[in-house]
Amino acid sequence: MNEIFGFSALDLSRFQFATTSIFHYFFVPFTVGFAFLIAVLQTLAYRSGSARMENLTRFFGHLFFINFAVGVVTGIVQEFQFGMNWQGFSNFVGNIFGVPLALEVLMAFFLESTFLGIWWFGKGRIPAWASLACIWIVSVGTMISAFWIIIANAWMQHPVGFEIKDGRAVMTDFMAIVLNPKGLEWSAHILTGSLTVGSFFVLAVSAYHLRRGHEVESFRTSFKVALVVALVGSAGVIASGHEQGQSAVRDQPMKYAAFSALWDTPTGNGMPESLLALPSNGLRENRLEVSLPYLGSFLAFNNFNQKAQGINELQREYEARYGPGDYVPWVWPVYWAFRVMVGLGGVMLLVSLYYVWRWRRGKLDDPGRLYPLLLAMPLAPHLANFSGFIATEMGRQPWIVQGLLRTGDAVSNLSPLTVLLSLAAFWVVYLTLIGLDVFLLTRTARAGMHEPDVETPSVPAPEYLPEARLEGGRP
Amino acid sequence: MNIDLPTLWFGVVALTFTIYFFLEGFDFGVGLLQPFLARRETERRAMIGTVGPFWAANEVWIILAAGVIFSAFPVWYGALMTGLYPLFALILLAFIGRGVAFEYRAEIDHRRWRLFWDVTSFICNLLPAFLWGVIMTNMVRGLPIGTGARFQGTPLDAFDLFSLLGGAATLSLFVLHGATFLLLRLETGSRLHARARAAALSFGAIATVLVLLFVYVGFVRDELFNSFGYAEWVFPVAAALNLGLIWLALTLKRDALAFFATGLTIVSSTATIFLSLLPNVLPSTLGEAYSLTVQNSASQPYTLRLLTWVGVIFLPLIIGYQAWNYYVFRQRVSESGGKPSGSVLPDTEA
Ligand code: HDD
Ligand code: HEM
Ligand code: HEM
Repeated sequence: MNEIFGFSALDLSRFQFATTSIFHYFFVPFTVGFAFLIAVLQTLAYRSGSARMENLTRFFGHLFFINFAVGVVTGIVQEFQFGMNWQGFSNFVGNIFGVPLALEVLMAFFLESTFLGIWWFGKGRIPAWASLACIWIVSVGTMISAFWIIIANAWMQHPVGFEIKDGRAVMTDFMAIVLNPKGLEWSAHILTGSLTVGSFFVLAVSAYHLRRGHEVESFRTSFKVALVVALVGSAGVIASGHEQGQSAVRDQPMKYAAFSALWDTPTGNGMPESLLALPSNGLRENRLEVSLPYLGSFLAFNNFNQKAQGINELQREYEARYGPGDYVPWVWPVYWAFRVMVGLGGVMLLVSLYYVWRWRRGKLDDPGRLYPLLLAMPLAPHLANFSGFIATEMGRQPWIVQGLLRTGDAVSNLSPLTVLLSLAAFWVVYLTLIGLDVFLLTRTARAGMHEPDVETPSVPAPEYLPEARLEGGRP
Repeated sequence: MNIDLPTLWFGVVALTFTIYFFLEGFDFGVGLLQPFLARRETERRAMIGTVGPFWAANEVWIILAAGVIFSAFPVWYGALMTGLYPLFALILLAFIGRGVAFEYRAEIDHRRWRLFWDVTSFICNLLPAFLWGVIMTNMVRGLPIGTGARFQGTPLDAFDLFSLLGGAATLSLFVLHGATFLLLRLETGSRLHARARAAALSFGAIATVLVLLFVYVGFVRDELFNSFGYAEWVFPVAAALNLGLIWLALTLKRDALAFFATGLTIVSSTATIFLSLLPNVLPSTLGEAYSLTVQNSASQPYTLRLLTWVGVIFLPLIIGYQAWNYYVFRQRVSESGGKPSGSVLPDTEA
């Protein structure tokens, strides 16, 4: 019994890995970006000693907590999966891949969970400066955790600092792994991307309340802070993404060719960039193609004449190097996911520029005609993250570790039924989780700080400081 | 026995599991006792409040344990988790439910909403408290692994009388540990406190029976703990003495001593399990030759040396700030305080 409904344990394990990672990655960039924004807001509260600002950080802190819970519990699944579904992978690279993971636990997870608890439950028990220190520690902790896991993943895309011994990849140079250029670029892209996730959420919530005239002073502050972060984040994610494209073409040319649906190495002057295409793995060409001349060369090489290799040529090279087989990833999802990510990056930059322009014209409190778009914007960075990972991870197939280990050799010896059952259970639980998370986030965000939602009068908002103390100094 | 790097790291694995069972043991226990001890909403909140600020950081110890096995003993990691796949999948699902129940219970002030999370929390504490025992028993007894540490059995192999007994033993020990933890954390003199003491006494009795039975089957019948080679009777006798100590402390109302003694039982049981494994980490039931040993499943010295440096720097730091965490929230939790400190609501003023 090696298949169930036509799926092997390998197919199901891949589907399970993609599912659990994508779900985990809905929550964690939010945690990373949002923690930073709350730390900034609490710093402002601390420096001004304003009780209103203090309330604002409690409000956003409550929202943060709702999301953080889900991020943590989905993360534990990620770690155990490597042993459960990917025994071949664990045997082959555990001594390399496990190290950044262990470092992440030691340097980040303990930090985050301990200090977040002290920050939230300890209000009133620890002095204001210690509370501020706690939230900054949490924020730095989330970034350290993103850094280490990205270093681990970057190694799989671009292995460095190792040798092959007894059929295993063995670490020889830890610093080379930490300073993997791929990992550093990725960290920049992931961090700026996370900033956009946090800031567009805060922007939408603040705009919602500004428009209703709630707590105008506080939400104006959070709007401004989030706007600056959104602008920096969107610009940063585009700049670092551009860097990543250039290293992909060097280190993983097959993936880059799939990003661009580039079947044949271009002839003639410069490389065009495909804008619209219907790639087909069967035909090994695009059914339809609209492209812009020279843009491809600029995106991949920062000049107007260099060219990347096409998929068909790379396939021939790989067969010569690694033996017969199909080395072409499934192009259309990779191509389209890449385009969705890049497109959304552009939209995010434009939206933040528009609101900066309104701010300069003194129209901050009125979100203007783009208000419905602004309310929907928190979805954009999530969608971009989702597509980005689809592009990166699917574009790497059939390799699980580029050039060293094939996904098919990495999987555990499991019955497909076992994996199918766990996959189904994870889907049920994860869909419930995301539903609850979105429901509680919108409910709490709409309730605001003082005006409980009319339909749901029992919202257990955090105990905000009483009105009488609002004008006074720090409690 | 001279200590080389793989043996040292085997010790670290044992240590992280021990700390994990010690800390998360009382979290599980409190969660399991909640439906039986708390009669009113304020009491339920007080009980959640006793572990509210701690449970998340306690859970990180299992993340660390997994991370340490993954990086220091990759072959062990893959074989153990593949071999016990359904058990780990259930534990992961339970972790999800438990964590979310802790955080979301107080979000909506509605009876049915809270009931839903209380039920979820109970089931999701029950599963791991029981399954960890099953996993540990299977680890000692071994799994059907063949060439390349590949698992050759079926998911049902994990269950037999011995492993179910192991599960029942951890379950009862964790409940007992939770009860003695409550004695330290709840307001003295409250009715809840008195109920916790009664629970500790009865679970003390149940745990004694189950642990002794487990020890009997493991030692005497299956001779599983033979690899100690010397004074093997020390452990069963110590277990019995220790359980007696718990009973004495409880009757004399020496709560701190009782907590210390339940903790000691957990620590010594975990130590027994790991010590009895040596020189293996995972015996194979298909033949000695396939067994994974400390030496043949470990990472190469470079990785282990690196990990040693990192551990030496960070472990003391972590233990330090976790201790501070317990210090900040050292006050006993009272029902009348009414603060649902297990919820996300901050304590504005004491
Ligand atoms: C907020 C989300 C977001 C936004 C707006 C963008 N990206 Fe991105 N991108 C990601 C979020 C992301 C990601 C999900 O975080 C990925 C997947 C893996 C990774 O490291 O980052 C990613 C991967 C990724 C890669 C793959 C790297 C590789 O596999 O080697 C490239 C080339 C780019 N991005 C390029 C861009 C460009 C040119 C953008 C311009 C607008 C852009 N990204 C916007
Ligand atoms: C940073 C740590 C990560 C590591 C080490 C990692 C590792 C892996 C591994 C081992 C696979 C192979 C299994 C397979 O082929 O399906 C894989 C595939 C995949 N991963 Fe990642 N991943 C990471 C992060 C993510 C994240 C955060 C996402 C999504 C948000 C993601 C999305 C995917 C997808 C969609 C696949 C499926 C590709 C396919 O099956 O064709 N990954 N990744
Ligand atoms: C396959 C890869 C991954 C593994 C094994 C993994 C593992 C984990 C684990 C075990 C946790 C729970 C920690 C706790 O209890 O505090 C966690 C949380 C977290 N992870 Fe992941 N993770 C992966 C991918 C990622 C990626 C790609 C990122 C970000 C770029 C990320 C960022 C975080 C953050 C910031 C947290 C803590 C905050 C939160 O949970 O919301 N992880 N992860």
